[in-house]
This record gives sequence, C-alpha cells and structure tokens, in this order.
Amino acid sequence: MATAPVAAGLKPPAKPRSKPRDSFSSWPWTDRIAYGLCWAAGLALCAIAAWIVLYMAIKGISYLKPSLLVQSPVGSPNQSGSGGFLDPIEGTFLVTAIGIAVAAPLGVAVAVWLSEYARPAGLARAVESGVETIAGTPSVVLAIFGLLVFSKSFLAFLSQTSAGGAVFGRSFLTAGLIMSLLAIPLIVGSTREALAQVPAHVREASYALGKTKATTIRRVLLPSVRPSIASGITLGMGRIIGDTAIVVILLGASLRIEGAGGAPVLSLLRGTGSTLTSYVKENSPAGEGNAPQKAYAAAFVLLVIVIALNAIVVRLSGGQDHAGGPR
Amino acid sequence: MSTASASQRRQSPGGSRDRRAELTLGALAVGVLALIALMVVTVFTKAWPSFAHNGLDWFGSGGDADVQLKAMVQNTPLPGHSIYYFRAWPLIWGTLLTTGLAVLIGLVFSTFAAVFIVEFAPDALRRVLDPVVRLLAAVPSVVYGLIGILAIAPWVEHHLISQQRKHSVQEIVQLTGANLGLATLILTVMITPIMVAITSRSLAAVPRSWTEGSAALGVNRWRTTWRVSLRTARPAIIAGAVLATARALGEAIMLSMVSGSRGFAANPLDGGTFLFEPVRPLAATIIDYIDGLSVVPLAQTLYAMAAVLLVSSALLSLAGWAAKQPLKKYGIRA
Amino acid sequence: MTPLTPPPARRILVDGEPTLIDPPVRGTMEPPSLSANARNGRGRAPAERVTERMRIESVSLAYGEKWVVRDVSLPVRQGEVLALIGASGSGKTTLLRSLNRLTEITTGASRAGRVTLDGEEIEQIEVNDLRRRVSMVFQQPNPFPMSIFENVAYALREEHAARRDRQRRGRRGRRELEPAVIDAVRRAGLYDEVADDLDRPALRLSGGQQQRLCIARALAAGPEVLLLDEPCSALDPISTATIEELIVGLRERVAIVIVTHNLQQAMRVADHVAFMHLGELVEYGTSEQVFERPAMERTREYISGAFG
Repeated sequence: MATAPVAAGLKPPAKPRSKPRDSFSSWPWTDRIAYGLCWAAGLALCAIAAWIVLYMAIKGISYLKPSLLVQSPVGSPNQSGSGGFLDPIEGTFLVTAIGIAVAAPLGVAVAVWLSEYARPAGLARAVESGVETIAGTPSVVLAIFGLLVFSKSFLAFLSQTSAGGAVFGRSFLTAGLIMSLLAIPLIVGSTREALAQVPAHVREASYALGKTKATTIRRVLLPSVRPSIASGITLGMGRIIGDTAIVVILLGASLRIEGAGGAPVLSLLRGTGSTLTSYVKENSPAGEGNAPQKAYAAAFVLLVIVIALNAIVVRLSGGQDHAGGPR
Repeated sequence: MSTASASQRRQSPGGSRDRRAELTLGALAVGVLALIALMVVTVFTKAWPSFAHNGLDWFGSGGDADVQLKAMVQNTPLPGHSIYYFRAWPLIWGTLLTTGLAVLIGLVFSTFAAVFIVEFAPDALRRVLDPVVRLLAAVPSVVYGLIGILAIAPWVEHHLISQQRKHSVQEIVQLTGANLGLATLILTVMITPIMVAITSRSLAAVPRSWTEGSAALGVNRWRTTWRVSLRTARPAIIAGAVLATARALGEAIMLSMVSGSRGFAANPLDGGTFLFEPVRPLAATIIDYIDGLSVVPLAQTLYAMAAVLLVSSALLSLAGWAAKQPLKKYGIRA
Repeated sequence: MTPLTPPPARRILVDGEPTLIDPPVRGTMEPPSLSANARNGRGRAPAERVTERMRIESVSLAYGEKWVVRDVSLPVRQGEVLALIGASGSGKTTLLRSLNRLTEITTGASRAGRVTLDGEEIEQIEVNDLRRRVSMVFQQPNPFPMSIFENVAYALREEHAARRDRQRRGRRGRRELEPAVIDAVRRAGLYDEVADDLDRPALRLSGGQQQRLCIARALAAGPEVLLLDEPCSALDPISTATIEELIVGLRERVAIVIVTHNLQQAMRVADHVAFMHLGELVEYGTSEQVFERPAMERTREYISGAFG
C-alpha cells in the first residue's frame, strides 16, 4: 500500500498550539502543593529584593544631600547635627585600593601556579584547600588574626605606636592587608576557571614557537583571561567594600581620617579613619552616633556602589557563570 | 630538527627562567598555606590562657556571659572566681540557634526557589530573577543590619510583642524588637541567594537526556525534578549549604545590630516568647567587645571565641567534603 | 533492478523467548534463505495475533512555520514491528515523538491530524498516563544515576504514586517491586548479566547493557506500545544484534515502532515498513514488499543507496 505525496498546498495550522503544560489537574495533591511552594519561593525572592531596594531608595534619597558627600564628619559623637561623610568615603576607597593592590598580583600568581604548574600534586591540593579555607573563614577571625600579627613590634611600621610603646596595630595599611585576604579567593577562582577554559592548543602553539612557559603565561595566557581577572577583581572589590567587621577591628575608631604624623603618604597609610560601612554602623542605634538619617544616606550610597560593581561584573563576564558569584 | 638544536633548546635560558618562575609562583602559593598555619597558631596561642583557666567548662553554662565579660573589663573578678572566669554556652547556643535555623529555613526556601527558576518560571520572570538573586547576595551586611534595626525591629516590637509577654519575662530579660526571630529572618535572607545560585546552576546542568527520559516514562515535571534533577544536584546543594553555613557562622555585624546583644540563652520551651528573646552569637560578641581589647583577660577570651569559630569553619569544610563522597559512585559529580 | 543481497544476517528465532547468545561464541552467521520470503518479514513467521493499537490519521507536524511531517497515516499493531525508515530530515523521529506527545516539550510545535490509542485520541488522554502506555527508548542510552534496580523500579514507583488507587496507598517496598523489576529485566534480556547485583550503579554497565536497561525500564510499567528511536545507533554490532533479537521477541506483547536509518536493521527486524522522505510518507507495506518490490521510484532509489 503506497501513499502518494500530498499536494504542496497544505498550510501550517493557523495558530500554533499554546505552550504545553502537564495536565496539572491530574497531579497528585502533594505535587500541586510543591508546585505552589516553588512559585511562592520565587515570588518571595522578588518581593524581598524589591522591598529592600525601594525602602533604601526612599529613605536614602530623602536623606541624601550632596553636601553630605563632600563634607567631613564633625568630630563629636553626636552626628545628627551637621557634617557629612567625605572621610568615610575616602576611607572606603583607600582600604579597597590597598586590598586590591595586594590581592590582585597575589591572587593571579597563585591561580597561575595552580593552573599551569601545580607540582607536586599533594602541595597543589593543599594550596587549593588553603585558599578555600581562607574563603570560608569568618572575616572577624581574619581581623583578629591581623590584630595579633600587626601588634607585634617588628611590624610597628605599619601602624602607629602609642606613647607607652604598645603597637597600635590598626591602620589603613593593616586593614587593607587583611582585606586582601577577602579578595584573594575570588580572584584565584575567577582566574583559574578562565585559565582552565583556554584550550590546550593555544599553549602548545606557543611552546612550538619556542617560547618558554613563563613567556607563554605572560604574553599569551594572561592577556586572554583578562576579562575574568577583571571580573574577579571587581567581585573582590565588592566584597571588601561591603565588609564591616575588619574595619571595626582594624581601622581604629576615628570618624575622620587621622594621619600618623610624618611623611605625607605614609602618614595617611599608617593612620586611622573610617569607611562607609563603619560609619553606617556608628550612626545606627547599635553605635554611638545618633543620626539614623545620615546612616540611611550613607547606606544608600554604599548600596549604589555595590550594585554598580556587580553590574560591571555581569558586563565583564558576559552574563556567564563565574566562580564564587551568583548566577 | 637536528639533535644539536634540540639540546640547545633544552639548555636555553628559557629553561632556567621557567624554573625561576615556577619557584617564585610556587613560593607565593605556599605562602598562602604558611599564612593559614600562622593564623591558626597565633590565634590558638593567644587564646590558650582563657581555655586553660576554664577548662572544658569554657563551653558550659554558668551565669551571665555579659556579666562575666564586663567583670573582666572592669578588672573586678566575680566573687569566688578568677578574672578569667567565663562560660560561653549562652553565646554558643545563640550561634547554634541563629545559624541552624537560618540554614534550615534557607535550604528549603532556596531549593524551592531554584526549582522555580529552572523549571517552572515563565521566561520573563526568570530573566528578572537572575539579577534579583545577584542583588540580594551583593547587599552589604551592614545595610541588612540597618534595615533590620531601624525599620523592622520597631514594627516587631510594636505589633508582635504584647505588653503581657514583656511582663512575663521582665525579671530575666527585656524583650525588644531586636531578637532571635529577627536575627534568624534576616540571616536567612542573607544566605539564601548563595544557595539559590549554586543549586539553580547545578539543576540547569542536569543532562537533558535524563529529564527527557523521565518525562517519556510518564513522570510529571515536579516528580522528575524531585527524583532525578535534585538527586543529581545533591552535591551542589550540599556545597551551597556548607558555604551558607560558613557565612552565617561568621556573620558578625548584622547580628550584632539586630540580635538583641544580650548573652541570653533563649529557651525553646518558652513557646512563642522564644522567638522574641535576645541572643548574642559568638562572632557578634567579638565585635561588641572589641573596644576592651587592651584588657588582657578580655582579649584572650575574645581570641578564644575566634579560635572556636576557626575550628568550626574548618570542620564545616571537612563535613561538606565528606558528604559529597558517597554520591560519586552513582555518577553524580559536583 | 536486481534485488539487493543483504549482508549476512542472523536468522532470528521468533517463537519462544529471545535467546541470549554469549558474545564470544558468535562466529557463524547464516544468510537468510530468500525462498522463505513468502511469509512476512525475512524468513520469519508472523506473530500469532495482530491487533491494531494505534492509528495515525493524516498527521502533520510543524515547528513554527516549518513543516516537518505532512499528512502521514499509519497503523501501529501489536504483534508486529513497524519500522520508519528514511534519510535524515525525513521527519521519522518527529513523527515517533509525536506518538507519545513528546513533541509538546519543544515550544512552537504544532500538530494537525489525529492519533488514537485503542480508539482514544491521545490528545484526550492525560499526558503522563499516555506516556506510561506508550513508552520510548532513546538513541543514546540514558539510565538515571541510580542503581539498576532503582532505574527499572522508577517507572513503577511513579506509576503507583500517580494512581489515585486508594487501595494501594503507601510506598511500595522493595520486596513488592522486586518481581516486577526482575521480570522486566528478564524480558529485556539483561537478567543473566546483572542478576548477581541489582544494586550496582547503572552507569557502570556497558553501552549495550545500558540500552537494554533502558528497554527494561520502558517495559516495567507494562506499556502497550514501545517506541524506539534508533536504539542501536550508538552501539557496537554485537550489542545491536542482541537488542534486535530482543525487539522481535517483544512484539507479541507490545506494539513496536522503531525508527532506524540503518536499512539492514530494518530488513532484519521489521514486519511492516514505512518509508518517509522530506516529511511525507512515500511508501508503506510489508517488509518483503518494500525491500524487494518497492512500488515507488523514490523508495527504490533510497534502498539502492542512491541517497541517504
């Protein structure tokens, strides 16, 4: 029995059928509840995020005056009068800069070693676990560690020494150095993932041209993973900017930037101050200063910075997954 | 290629340069390990006196932790005890409660949310949810704390805690809006995005052949997700839970702002009041008493708390690694 | 045109249980006797009873604006193997997938025409119920990351969970499921090889074994129709032969539709053959008719290898 081909004049159905759905009504009730819970969870996430953003936006914008951004805080515990948060902004910037300046080369170096050398294998695994351990350690503990180490007299050059000979151990430098520990795992992760994705033939081509491994890494591999390194650094920055515990413990409690005396740059680095995060804490009911409006304003600025950094990371990684970050 | 030039290449300067590069980089990498070792040694050495003076009772209960800490600051030992006297149980219990509850609730919440994102969400909603999760993960903890203490706590105190309830425990403790319930709630919101991201990434990576095969056997989408996809994603879920627990454990600032700042061991047997009792987790305690660091006994007690946190996070990583092992043989890889 | 001489094929025994041949022993292959062609299939007796299970009536399938299958009508009968053959892009896989409504998973798919299962239109049957009655085995073996037992029991457990049968409340324990699982594994010709340990991870089996496991899994819930989408294309010849023998043995209890781009395979296993080209059904007939006396020019060309 043969069938002759149909005439070509047949047209597709006028309207494609709508998106398929399991015949939901026949699902057992347990499954239907689960389905409902999934929806509830998804919508709840959206609602929470929307609420946080809207609330902070409303409060922040209503309390944020441009003058706040350019004035230094007044030196009194009661912040509700006047004064802005210029110093905390500078402090944030300074701490982040120091942190990244240390974390970036170190992180990339460790990532390169893990990815390209990694001999002996046991050592490589240990280093890997080590980086993960640092990532998992609470920032409070890292800060305490920093305090213990930097209070030692041979490291006194990093901070100030009080009259009684006790090393203060708290300064921008010390805070920045410990902050770098926050960023290193993120940079290592991003860089390693990107290096792993570089196909073998790229390296082989370079070796075939007679280049050494070191040159290959420097001239071929690293440039090709630059976007990932940048995204790792940006992630690290976000993490550093958002951290408060290390600042509270390692930056000393002065609202304004206080230099340590001596050479200008070094004085600043060895000095104390505050960052946006510690400023917010100080002005909240949990701290000394009693200025919730300033706290809201500063928190709003903080939020905007962090969201902007995150948007940059998304742009850099092309919206793809990267180590350590949410999808 | 003649052998002469080949051997030349082997002895070329690149060879020793490579060796140097490898050693330098290797040294830096090992430096990371050295740093960790240094951290462990330093913290434990400085913490030792506190443990030595209290023994294992350090972890036990016996009086008000706040009172004990303040006694150290003022250098007035409590009657009958040394200046080092300290019983950390209320703080440990506070940590266990907040972390445990937050991770438990967060796990359920994040799993359903991840399933929603991967399986059931309409496309438009899915595109919204990606940045939403990223946003929630990016908010600094101090902002969460601020919203908690300034916006939610007063509402809670005003609407949820009746005068009656306050009176019932007035002798022992003051009930305010900053309490266990609020702390757990905000902590859950903080750690959920981590788990959602990891779980949804893993669910999306489940091979289509499995989900299609399950559908072809007549299994509906939820049951397929439950029995195949979630099972395949289990290592990732565990990894996410470990990361989230580590985050919760180490969270100091937000908790110090909203958990009530009283070293009080909340009692589940108190019924509803349980959620409104103040707590003070370990990490938050360190932050709160950091100003008293010049007093040696206090400092050493704080270092002891840091040591406990350090050990806990190390054990967590180990537990996470161990939990993933049995699943490898079925072909489920993290 | 001279009739094709097919490559040496094993004579397949139909009556009784499928025989498992120990792989190393397979040495001799006998050519089929062409004179036995008077009967259906290649040297094979037809099944005892042939009942129509599904009827495909003027089915056309499109993805978006593009036609993939046009106006195809075919019967699917229990007791025989129906092979869909044709070149790539002929729409045979799409047609197969429409039989258990798997095409609905892809967005933008639409269908015209009617497909009935035992008289009921499949659109009207609840989709998961339909898929339990019309099972599918895929090209790539896809056992779940569980033990062998759990794979086969999977469909059974789910079938139980979905049933609103009040009497069978509560999860069925392993002991209850075991007989059904073992039966399915036996019917798939896998039992002798895995009987010692059914709790082994399924992914540790070889490719051929995995595919047989997928067949066992598909058989476990007692389907009426079994759809096979090029089940042997990823397998070596020995596993292929085992599975082909299996397929023929199963046709008594289950209606079988197999899509294959391997003509020789179709010759070996099929009772009826439908040749499709560019979405249209060009020729349908018994295996012997289509392969030895094709009515359409296009069929002749395909079979002689002029294109493919």
